[in-house]
Amino acid sequence: MPENLKTIQVLKSLKTTKIDPNFKFEVAKMPGGESIKYCFQCGKCTATCPIRRFDKEYTPRLIIRATLLGLKDIVLSSDVIWLCATCYSCTERCPQGVKLTNIIRAIRNLAIEKGYIHPFFKLQANAIASYGKIYEDEEFINELRNDLGLPPVTPVKRDEVHTILQHTKVKKLLLTKEKEEN
Amino acid sequence: MKYVYFPGCVTPQKENAYELSMRKVAEKFGIQLLDLEGANCCGFFMEPIDHLSATLLAARNLSLAEEKKCDLLTLCPACFGHLTKVKKELTEDQELRKTVNEALAEINKKFEGFLEVKHFIKVLLVDVGITKIKRTITKPLTRLKVVPHYGCHILKPSDELKLDNPENPTLLDSLIKATGVTFLDYMEKRLCCGAPIIGVNEKLSLRIMREKLRSVQKVKADAIITVCPFCHLHFDLNQFTVQEEYSEEYNIPILHYTQLLGLAQGLSPEELGLYENRVPTDVILEIL
Repeated sequence: MPENLKTIQVLKSLKTTKIDPNFKFEVAKMPGGESIKYCFQCGKCTATCPIRRFDKEYTPRLIIRATLLGLKDIVLSSDVIWLCATCYSCTERCPQGVKLTNIIRAIRNLAIEKGYIHPFFKLQANAIASYGKIYEDEEFINELRNDLGLPPVTPVKRDEVHTILQHTKVKKLLLTKEKEEN
Repeated sequence: MKYVYFPGCVTPQKENAYELSMRKVAEKFGIQLLDLEGANCCGFFMEPIDHLSATLLAARNLSLAEEKKCDLLTLCPACFGHLTKVKKELTEDQELRKTVNEALAEINKKFEGFLEVKHFIKVLLVDVGITKIKRTITKPLTRLKVVPHYGCHILKPSDELKLDNPENPTLLDSLIKATGVTFLDYMEKRLCCGAPIIGVNEKLSLRIMREKLRSVQKVKADAIITVCPFCHLHFDLNQFTVQEEYSEEYNIPILHYTQLLGLAQGLSPEELGLYENRVPTDVILEIL
């Protein structure tokens, strides 16, 4: 299992793990990551988070703290960064205007560049990269729609989707093998 | 009123009753819907992977809709939110816009940024208006007691979506009240349904839904009213799993808002796809 983001582990890692002081700048440079530097660790994000309410291992405040401290490997390899439901409650209530939802997205994007990706997200992204949607266009859907009196869904122009996605890193990112969990 | 209809991924695959009832309700207001041929995923599901890819996917959809020269209408709050945010980002960030348009040029498309992205709820509330909605109500549903489930992405981030105050939302409340039902408030009104993490941690996702269901059951509501196809799917399909997991009984019917409105407009259950819902809706029809 990758190391999880628990306070005690973060404290231990401060002595043992290599700290990357540039990590926070890396995150801040990502689209949507800029506001990370305003965090003053009040913990309102954690208090308001619906995931945290039911799973005490998930602590958005700690994800931000560990990022600011430069614990790059721990943050990027942690499985908790995939738990955010993107409900934006933290973003709404942060007194410092820290856009946590966007920052977690930026951290996920960086994690994927490092080869860490949650299989569920990989599945969805692969579907979009191939079919243009999360579900493949299938004839039975149009039959069902026809029975209900709905017009058919026109097929996605896959070649156009493939062409525009060639301008991104997505193909390369999805090809990266998931890091073995030890 | 004319819009280009953007279906997204979830609605045509899993929640055709939502589109069916929306089209029936839209007819009552003389709303004309144009098809959007060849559209792709809005880009929302690509966000965690790569921001630029997510932006490009959205920009292609927006440019397709712009060719129709009218505003875009969707039923999915995630599509609504993502397309709205991308439109704003491409309007503010000229460098990103240049990159995006270079990629779009290869498929002979261009993002211009003139159309507005609208969720059907916004169309009802702003373009149609409560007064006009009330005029179409022929069968006020006075005996029915319902609660709203807003979902997250219709309201937040509020500074970008500018639809309602997420701390005390009222837009769906007022639309529901217009149908003449008995409107109930409940403790967990603002809680997420848990659907977005179903693929990451199923137990946790169901645990969150259970909390919602318990809170709805406490106020003895006959149904939960949704505006999001994904929230709807989660409540309507996975409610059975929650009942099994926790050995509890809920059987709370989940109605798309458009189904509720349609019933109050005198449309039949068949016309509104009420029998497509997974949690049986017979109870509702008996109450009416």
